[in-house]
Amino acid sequence: MAERHIGKQTVIFKNPPSIKATASIVGPKEGKGALRQSFDYIIPDELWGEDSWEKAESKLVRETLSKVLQKGSLSNDQIEYVLGGDLLNQCIAANYGLRETDIPFFGLYGACSTMAESMSLGSMLIDGGYADNVVCMTSSHFCSAERQFRYPLELGSQRAPTSQWTVTGSGAALLTSDQTGPYIRYVTTGKINDMGISDVNNMGAAMAPAAADTILTHFADTGLTPDYYDLIVTGDLGKVGKKICLDLLNMNGIDLENRFNDCGVMIFNTKDQDTHSGGSGCGCSATVFAGHLYKEMMKGNLKRVLFVATGALMSPISTQQKESIPGIAHAVSIHRSLD
Amino acid sequence: MNKSFTKEEYSQYVKSVSPNSKLFLNIIKAFLVGGIICVIGQVIFNWLKGRGLDSDMVSGLTSAIMIFLGAFFTALNVYDELGRFAGAGSIVPITGFANSVVSPAMEFKTEGYIMGTGAKMFVIAGPVIVFGICASILVGIIHYFII
Repeated sequence: MAERHIGKQTVIFKNPPSIKATASIVGPKEGKGALRQSFDYIIPDELWGEDSWEKAESKLVRETLSKVLQKGSLSNDQIEYVLGGDLLNQCIAANYGLRETDIPFFGLYGACSTMAESMSLGSMLIDGGYADNVVCMTSSHFCSAERQFRYPLELGSQRAPTSQWTVTGSGAALLTSDQTGPYIRYVTTGKINDMGISDVNNMGAAMAPAAADTILTHFADTGLTPDYYDLIVTGDLGKVGKKICLDLLNMNGIDLENRFNDCGVMIFNTKDQDTHSGGSGCGCSATVFAGHLYKEMMKGNLKRVLFVATGALMSPISTQQKESIPGIAHAVSIHRSLD
Repeated sequence: MNKSFTKEEYSQYVKSVSPNSKLFLNIIKAFLVGGIICVIGQVIFNWLKGRGLDSDMVSGLTSAIMIFLGAFFTALNVYDELGRFAGAGSIVPITGFANSVVSPAMEFKTEGYIMGTGAKMFVIAGPVIVFGICASILVGIIHYFII
């Protein structure tokens, strides 16, 4: 009998792991956005001295890892595992970014939900006694994502009003068995949820049902109520998806209006920065969590946060074959203290 | 979820909450920019004609110059900004066709001149060329038998 498993999809930790440090590095556009003060470093240009977008993204991963280790005062050989992934085919940003680190590595693909996926699994490794120090991280890069999922950058096309802007950035969280806090108390693992949306320019609508489902399941499994949290924050639903998610929750009798936000809505000044519905990409939720949210928790402004990273699990091939877009959302419940 | 939409209901609902493109404004912008590009083409056309070239030569040269301008401003990172503003206004003229060939050629240079630039150059314009040629052959055959 799995004693830490509660309800349908949730795990409660007996020895809740702590998030000892976080690090975030973002691109120049994100560095002009609403959360610019909260990031550790803003790269001067999208190539960052490399000769391709992919290499630049790998450098983001490499530098973010070294930054989080430096902030946590740990060296590479004290880390048992790195869990991470990105949006590129075969997760090359993480694979190449981490190849010189000499740390055991699990590569993950959860599209833009990867940050919460890595933190979920990292917490299980620590609570299960398999590791003391685990780094969970993801990255995305606007230019490398555009050319894999969309069109060349110089193509003169217009974006749909519901489309989102892939965040250039990498975020990492160092999880430890130390009792320092903030603690990861629960994780609720999401199911693949497909409501038949096939418009790749409206991924918020494709992912919102998954987010709503995971949030509802989290409350059902834990017996908690929405007012337990200071903030419930989704990954990259954008303005359109955020509204849909709130409506879906409302239909089920849950009103989150004042304690709900979305990383994709928070990261840019969507109007001035021409980002339409908001930010997206693995790096969106990762950098907003590692930058803004973690700092707010450390300051005491947020005591309990439910971090729900959301992913759209399509590929350019499935899109061309007229498949709809499956969504997924994983929830990580983070507490400043254990009382 | 306990209560939810059916897929059809959800699709309807998503349509109702998703903002639409600003159609009227976009049409005006496309009309103005597309019109300006055509005026530039016409100025070049008239100038060449004024220099005494025959009409086949003038048409060919005008197209070539417009294609060059489209490629040139793509390389200067200007055409994508124009496209963001003008939409179809800068896609439909022949300069837009040049942009759709040059932009992937630039983008995929990182994979080498053969498998990158060479192989990916027509990734967007390719279908236009394929179906353009097919249509012209079909029309040619019809023309042959009717006239």
